[in-house]
Amino acid sequence: MYDFTYHRPTSVADAVALLGSDVDAKALAGGQTFIPVLKQRLNKPSKVVDLAGLGLAGISLSGNALVIGATTRHAAVAGSADVRRAIPGLAALAGGIGDNQVRHRGTIGGSLANNDPAACYPSAVLALGATIITNKRRIAADDFFQGMFSTALEPGEIITSVSFPLPVEKSAYAKFNQPASRFALVGVFVAKGVAGVRVAVTGAGQNGVFRQTAMEAALTASWSPDAVAAIKTSAADLNGDIHGSAEYRAHLITVMAKRAIAAAG
Amino acid sequence: MPQVTLTVNGKRHTVAVEGRTLLVEVLREKLGLTGTHIGCDTSQCGACVVHVNGDSVKSCTMLALQAEGAEVTTIEGLAKPDGTLHPMQEMFREHHALQCGYCTPGMVMSAIDLVAKHPEGLTEREIREGLDGNLCRCTGYHNIVKAVAAAWPLMHQKAMPAAAE
Repeated sequence: MYDFTYHRPTSVADAVALLGSDVDAKALAGGQTFIPVLKQRLNKPSKVVDLAGLGLAGISLSGNALVIGATTRHAAVAGSADVRRAIPGLAALAGGIGDNQVRHRGTIGGSLANNDPAACYPSAVLALGATIITNKRRIAADDFFQGMFSTALEPGEIITSVSFPLPVEKSAYAKFNQPASRFALVGVFVAKGVAGVRVAVTGAGQNGVFRQTAMEAALTASWSPDAVAAIKTSAADLNGDIHGSAEYRAHLITVMAKRAIAAAG
Repeated sequence: MPQVTLTVNGKRHTVAVEGRTLLVEVLREKLGLTGTHIGCDTSQCGACVVHVNGDSVKSCTMLALQAEGAEVTTIEGLAKPDGTLHPMQEMFREHHALQCGYCTPGMVMSAIDLVAKHPEGLTEREIREGLDGNLCRCTGYHNIVKAVAAAWPLMHQKAMPAAAE
């Protein structure tokens, strides 16, 4: 790892100022992706700005939204009685990210800002029609994800929280793990909520998370695993690698969607 | 050079580190606590697991400076001063849950956290899934799972609830 100066600001304003002071400054949330990236010398930041001291962790439930602070750990989301009650599929997703040790450090804001094409959280945020709240503005999930490792975030913009609209009538996530990394080879989040019926797929797309609209239409007409059983996804825009071809991932999308629909009840 | 102050196994230390210094490097190289191992160095194997403020974490995937003010427990902090092993260590020995021993410190630290956080009991499947972040290339895991199940009643000082068995 290349060396850098470490900063731990205690306000969002200070963090933004530090990140804006240097084009090579980088934000650190839970570090469960960023630190491995640094260890492989794939990134050479001048400053690392730790967001852990900003007071952005926490979960709050109001009548029409579940709001999760950006530095809330995956384990906290998985274990939250409020999340389990309001959006059980989201709690289950958080409880299946990586392993216990990753879940004790990794954060929802870090996962979303990184937008790894195989990360779990983007599928839930897109399927549930959530809003990403930053120090500057509110960004709809539909506008936030802009391709592999790419988001609508601008330089000096920090996610402060994520707001999930309520009520959510149905929600579930089914993931086929890449067994070594425990990232999603294919993950499908199905939801029926304020944004209607949505099916979001992670792990498979060359451009990151995407909606499977044919399945959404079928589920709107009839919510059952059988409704999507015959719906295929084109392999043209999917990833293929040594762990699975694009055609294999296309097949898994239907399998995982059926499992998620069954789990959502 | 920046400094980090942390408490390791009940003893407070202030150590000079670089920004890039990992927690595991402080433990092994600055404090001489070489029981915490480095295996894969890619955050996958779990040989470096320690407890930070009561949670199991991979100390190879945390900067030392992120541990400012933290309470850290390593494998060296488990046994009593008279040498009496922690029940999890004792059950690993009893059930032959190790062969080469390289993964064992991380495996024990993860297992203790898993058992402590499940006072309602653990099924065999939950134990296997709970140890997902720790790789062992010798044992085939069966005896590790047996050891963790056997340690549960000792740590909670009651029988494993029947529903969880």
